[in-house]
Amino acid sequence: MQTKKTSKINGRFGEYGGQYIPETLMSEVAKLAKAYEYYRNNSDFQAEMMDLLKNYANRPSLLYYAEKMTNDLGGAQIYFKREDLNHTGSHKINNVIGQILLAKKMGKTRVIAETGAGQHGVATATIAALMGMECEIFMGQVDTKRQALNVYRMKLLGAKVNSITTGTGTLKDAVNAAMQEWSKRTNDTHYVIGSVMGPYPFPTMVSDFQSIISKEIKQQLQDKTGKLPDAVVACVGGGSNAMGAFYHFISEPTVRLIGCEAAGKGVNTQQHAATIERGSVGIFHGMKSKFLQNEDGQIDEVYSISAGLDYPGIGPQHAALADTKRAEYVGITDDEAVAAFEYIARQEGIIAAIESCHAVAYVMKLAPQMKKDQIIVCNLSGRGDKDVAAIARYRGEKIYD
Amino acid sequence: MSRQLRDIEERKFMTEKRLRAAFTNQHKAFIGFVTAGDPTFEKSVAAILALAAGGADVIEVGVPFSDPVADGPVIQDADLRAFATGITTTKVFELVGEVRKKSDVSLVLLVYLNNIFKYGYDRFFSKCKQVGIDGVIIPDLPMEERSEVLPFTLKYQCALIPLVAPTSGDRIPQIVQETTGFVYVVSSMGVTGVRSQLDSNLEDMITAIRKSTDAPIAVGFGIHTPEQAAKIAAIADGVIVGSAIVKIIAENTAVTIEKITGYTRQMGAAIHKGDREKNL
Repeated sequence: MQTKKTSKINGRFGEYGGQYIPETLMSEVAKLAKAYEYYRNNSDFQAEMMDLLKNYANRPSLLYYAEKMTNDLGGAQIYFKREDLNHTGSHKINNVIGQILLAKKMGKTRVIAETGAGQHGVATATIAALMGMECEIFMGQVDTKRQALNVYRMKLLGAKVNSITTGTGTLKDAVNAAMQEWSKRTNDTHYVIGSVMGPYPFPTMVSDFQSIISKEIKQQLQDKTGKLPDAVVACVGGGSNAMGAFYHFISEPTVRLIGCEAAGKGVNTQQHAATIERGSVGIFHGMKSKFLQNEDGQIDEVYSISAGLDYPGIGPQHAALADTKRAEYVGITDDEAVAAFEYIARQEGIIAAIESCHAVAYVMKLAPQMKKDQIIVCNLSGRGDKDVAAIARYRGEKIYD
Repeated sequence: MSRQLRDIEERKFMTEKRLRAAFTNQHKAFIGFVTAGDPTFEKSVAAILALAAGGADVIEVGVPFSDPVADGPVIQDADLRAFATGITTTKVFELVGEVRKKSDVSLVLLVYLNNIFKYGYDRFFSKCKQVGIDGVIIPDLPMEERSEVLPFTLKYQCALIPLVAPTSGDRIPQIVQETTGFVYVVSSMGVTGVRSQLDSNLEDMITAIRKSTDAPIAVGFGIHTPEQAAKIAAIADGVIVGSAIVKIIAENTAVTIEKITGYTRQMGAAIHKGDREKNL
């Protein structure tokens, strides 16, 4: 894995990363990089951020030993990092607090964001409300339907939600629309990118803000067991919760890092979003990374039951971690994720986000193959209330949300 | 001057011959845009030839992209129409070959970086040279990442046309130094598409660019009326019109080709109005 130093200089992780964006945005992105490089080492900024994380977002999140599930699967000990218990219900708020605080320091009065499942949109609308910023969210039309509750939640928080009808009407198109909006108006507006993607400094900045997840895991597990985990498992769309969960373990060679991609209806079908498994190197959304695309470089229409993983690319750090084999990436199908959604609800009384259940599904496969003294930490990136209606429909229940 | 540098200079000269010719002798250039394959392969060839017949000095041929983040809805729709009839990068080059059978007009490609990357940088620019492409405009390639393609554009004598935006400010000298072809000035923030009003600091931008380069300056984004074109021509060396032409192509009627030629003549007249006086 590339060291943090290289990412600081030009945002490169091996061959991946960079700043491939139109000139209309380039000077703003350069300003942002400069501001971030200053504030990341500024103790007042860090203190202000920590205060919000602790007293507003409810950090540290719990590291919970899932004893019942551990016994049922009969292998490794399973711990869940409960990012679902954060205020707004997912890990997204860690990044949003950092970015909006930074935007405020830069004198911005308005924030915009893309959202897939709506979790990042809700987190952005929440912090915008708290900090008195104007807020506009871009969300694919398909996603506004499957995550209708979150749309209203954002409106309730005072945000304007734009339904995007171009392309597939999902996360990729929401990112396009947000980038276009930003290129019209940078003077007062910051674009809060929700994942470890986009041009430098976003991948570096977002993984820094999310790295608190692995920092806490390391400490909490040390306190509970005196050990490092044997495996850390997290779902990957753009890859922010996984980067956060991996970050402080990258330099610990005994810890297996496993990212779970959305295999949708199967990686051998046309309906999946398994970028590492089926993608190739490309340049899109401001970064060189892996993308699902055709031989001409046209970006594929991808699919997943989960709106948060329904994205044809992946953050550049993940592409580099996959190349160097420091992290492994596995595909989890819709069916497996839904089965995990139901399993963790019944076993542990936790309704986890369908995104996170891609990681839970892999834990269900992995734990029985491991020894009882080994430890798996699975990042529960979000809560699943938003998914209940959709899962009910998936199971043929007649329910309306 | 070292031999290597001299080689680069010579190559640059060859690259720019036809492209720079479009701007010579105080002649203001009219640069029109057509999306390759919109609405069909044949019709877009006809549209390019109609622009040439109407007196366009340079024609920008758009390579359709699935996610054209710098383009507004008009060009996005054109890309979708082109995809519907099966356009590919290979077919774009065939299309340019068809145009070249009938016209020697200067052609540049408007192409997103991923399309070039996937085709292979060497293969792409070698093909450009082979079919007679004089330059490329890559909307998602800022100067920070230019080294990605620069060795290949130099090798195959293809101008790499830099873009300057209203927010470029003190980035301008670095962006435009060693410009090959011309400088593309983005008239206003946002994406491509017709606008009723253009950015007010256009003159300041052009002044700043002229301080750092002798290369011709063309202005695009939002221009559609002869009045706007005349105003731009008074301060810049060329006027770029995209969405307004694509809108005519989108009508796709029996008179589309005549309309394109007519519109080009009308815009050309507005742009070239000042040419003669300056030549005297």
